[in-house]
Amino acid sequence: MSSDVAISIEHISKTYRIVTTRERPTQFRDALLERARHPLRRVPREDFRALEDVSMSISWGETVGIIGRNGAGKSTLLKILSRIVGPTAGRVNVYGRLGSLLEVGTGFNPELTGRENIFLNGAILGMKRREIRRQFDSIVEFSEVERFLDTPVKRYSSGMYVRLAFAVAAHLNPEILVVDEVLSVGDAAFQEKCLGKIDEVANEGGRTVLFVSHNMSAVQAICSRCAVMEDGRIVFDGDTSAAVSKYLSSSSAEGSGADGVFDLSGVGRSSGTESVFRRIELRNARNDRSSQIMMGEGLQVRIDTRGLAVPQHELAVRIVTEGDAPVTTVNTAQRPLEVLEPGLAQELVVVDFDRLPLVPGRYWITLILRERSAARKEHAALERIDRAAFFDVLWSDVYGSGYSMPGSRSKAGLMFAHSVWQIEGEGRVVAVTPQEFSLAGDAHLS
Amino acid sequence: MARTSKDGSMDASAARRPMVVILPGAVPLGQYAKDLVHHRDLFFALAGRQLTLRYRQTAIGAVWVVLQPLLSAGILSFVFGSVADLPTDGIPSFIFAYIGMLAFGAFSQAIQGSTTALVSNAALVQKIFFPRLLLPLSRTVSLLVDFSVGLAVAFVIIVANDVSLGPELVLMPVFLVFILMLAQGVGTFLGSFAARFRDFAYITPFLLQLALYASPVAYSASAVPKQYLTVYYLNPLVALLEAFRWSLVGTPFPSVAHLSYAVGASLIAFVVGVVTFEKMERSVADVI
Repeated sequence: MSSDVAISIEHISKTYRIVTTRERPTQFRDALLERARHPLRRVPREDFRALEDVSMSISWGETVGIIGRNGAGKSTLLKILSRIVGPTAGRVNVYGRLGSLLEVGTGFNPELTGRENIFLNGAILGMKRREIRRQFDSIVEFSEVERFLDTPVKRYSSGMYVRLAFAVAAHLNPEILVVDEVLSVGDAAFQEKCLGKIDEVANEGGRTVLFVSHNMSAVQAICSRCAVMEDGRIVFDGDTSAAVSKYLSSSSAEGSGADGVFDLSGVGRSSGTESVFRRIELRNARNDRSSQIMMGEGLQVRIDTRGLAVPQHELAVRIVTEGDAPVTTVNTAQRPLEVLEPGLAQELVVVDFDRLPLVPGRYWITLILRERSAARKEHAALERIDRAAFFDVLWSDVYGSGYSMPGSRSKAGLMFAHSVWQIEGEGRVVAVTPQEFSLAGDAHLS
Repeated sequence: MARTSKDGSMDASAARRPMVVILPGAVPLGQYAKDLVHHRDLFFALAGRQLTLRYRQTAIGAVWVVLQPLLSAGILSFVFGSVADLPTDGIPSFIFAYIGMLAFGAFSQAIQGSTTALVSNAALVQKIFFPRLLLPLSRTVSLLVDFSVGLAVAFVIIVANDVSLGPELVLMPVFLVFILMLAQGVGTFLGSFAARFRDFAYITPFLLQLALYASPVAYSASAVPKQYLTVYYLNPLVALLEAFRWSLVGTPFPSVAHLSYAVGASLIAFVVGVVTFEKMERSVADVI
C-alpha cells in the first residue's frame, strides 16, 4: 500500500437478515405476542448478503466510478463509507474528511426560508457555520434564487428547490467526495450542471471522488478508474472503458435495455390501437448488440414487427433527447422503399443511421406507425410508442485533439461539428486550424 | 510508508493515521465523542430549526407557549385544589400548580421530543451521517426557550401574589438540569426502541400521564399517606419537583436522602439512556 491512499476498504461484508415467511413485527406487542405464543419457534430468517468481501484501495486525486445493476450493492457500499450504516465484517480506513451526497435536498425543511435552509442544510452536510457564511454569496449566486431567499421553500418551484439544494451541496468542500445517483433528479440542463461541478472537484487536484451512476457517458467523462459490482462483489476494477464494456457484456438480462434489447410486448402504447411493434434491438458500428455508441458512430435500429404492410403503412423513427426535444425523425415516406417481394409479412425492419453527430448523453427512440397518405396530410398514429428504447452516446476523441465536452450539452448544443478556423490580419493568414486535427477527426468518423 | 516517515514534509492530508476507521458494531465511545464535537454546529442548527418552526407555524406564536401551562395549571389547581381539596404547602394552589407544570411540562416535552426524534427525522437518518444523539439533544435544548418564557410568567405571578422570591433561586437551574437529564435518559432509552417498534410512540404519552398523577405537580407530597411514602419517593421526579418548587417559592425541601436518590437516579438514567442509544444507533438506518 502506497502512502497516498485516501480510502482503503478491507474485506467489507454487509448482511441483512430477512424474515422469509411473513412480515417482521413492527409492533412491539406483536413481537411479544409471537414470542409468547411460540416460545421455542425460531423465526425463519435468511441472510441476504448485500456486500461480500469487498476490498478496494483508492488514492488521493483519483476519480473512481462504481457501476453495476440495481441491487448490486453500490449504494450499500457508499452508505458504509459515509457511515450511515455499519458493515457486518471488515474494515475501512478513511484518511481524510469525507463528505457524501446520496440525495440532493435531504434535510431541507419546507417551512424554513431559503436563507435558513442554506444554513441548516449546510450544517447537516457537515459544514461549519463560518464556512457556510463565507460561501453564502457564492451559494446564492449558484442557485439563482436570490430574489426568493426569504421565502419559505415550500413556495418554491421544484426547479428552484433542486437548484438551491444542489448549490449548497456543491459548496461542500470535502477532501473525499462520495456521490450517489443524485443526478437522476432534475432536467437535463441541471444534470449537466451537476456533472460539470463534480468534474471540477475531481480536477482540482488531490481530491478524491467516488461516483456511483447508471449513466455510462457520465462515468466515462469523469472517472479515470471504474469498478463493476455484481451481486455484492467487485467483479472488475480498472480502466473505465474496460469496466464499461465489462458491465455491458455482463448485464444481459433480456429486455432490460442496457444490452440494447428492448421488449415492447408489455409496454404501454402512447397512442393508437395496433400492436405491430414487438421488440427493438440496437447495434453499434461493430454490429454488436448494445445501447452504447461512441460519438460520431452509426447506429442500427432493428425493429421486430408483426403484421406490418409497408406500402400501406408509413413507419417513423424519431430520436429525442432526455428532455424530450426532437433531434431527428426518419420515415419511410422520405425515401419510399422499393418493394422487392410484395405480399410477404415484413417481420424485421432494419434502420441504419449512418453517422450520428451527437454530443455525449442519453437519447430516446420513439416509434410511430401511420396510414400512408398520398395527400401528405397527417393521419392519427395507428400505433405510437414514446421512448421505446434509449441509447447512450459516449465521449470519443472526435477532434483528435483530446478535447472533451464535459457535461455541458445545454451550452454546447446537441450536435458536434467539424470546423476549420483561420484568422487573417494585414491580408495574411496569421492563425489556422492544423489540418491533421480535423483530418484525424474525419478519419475516426469514416 | 517509509518515504513519508523519512522526509516528514508530506502534507497533512497524507498523514499516516486514518482519520476515521469504520468497523462492524457500535461506534467506539471515543470516536463518538469526537464526532459529537465535530458536529457541534449541526447541534445548534437543529435546535434553531426546532425553535423557528415552533414559533413560526402557529398563529399566535409565543402566546401559545404561555397559555398552555397557564391553562393546565388552572384546571389542575381546580381539580386538585378546589374539588379534591388537597394541600399545597400553604401557597395558593394556582401558583403551586403553575410551578409544578413549568417543570413537569419541560420534563414531558423532553421525553416526547426525544422518543420521536429518530422516527420524525427518518429521511435524514437514512441519507446522511451525523451522531444521531444530536437529534434528541437539540430538541431538549430548544425547550429551554419555552421554559424561560414560562419562567418569566412565573415570576410575574409570584410577585403579583406577594409570595417572596428568595436567594434559593440560584439553585433552580441545577434542579432543572437534573429533571432534564432524567427526561433525556428515559426519552433516549425509549427512543432507541421507538425506531424499531413504532408503538413506543403510544406508550410514552400514557406513561407521562401516569407520571403526572404520581408526582407532586398539583398537590403536595404531604398529602400522600405515610405507608406509601417510600414507594412514592421511588419516583425520582418527586424529590426533584419538590426541590425545584422550593427554589422558587420556598415550599418544604425534600429530605437529603430522597434528593440524593433522585439525583443519582437521574444521572444513571441519563448515562444508561445515552449509552443504549449510542449502541443501537448504528443499526437505525437499517430498520427505521
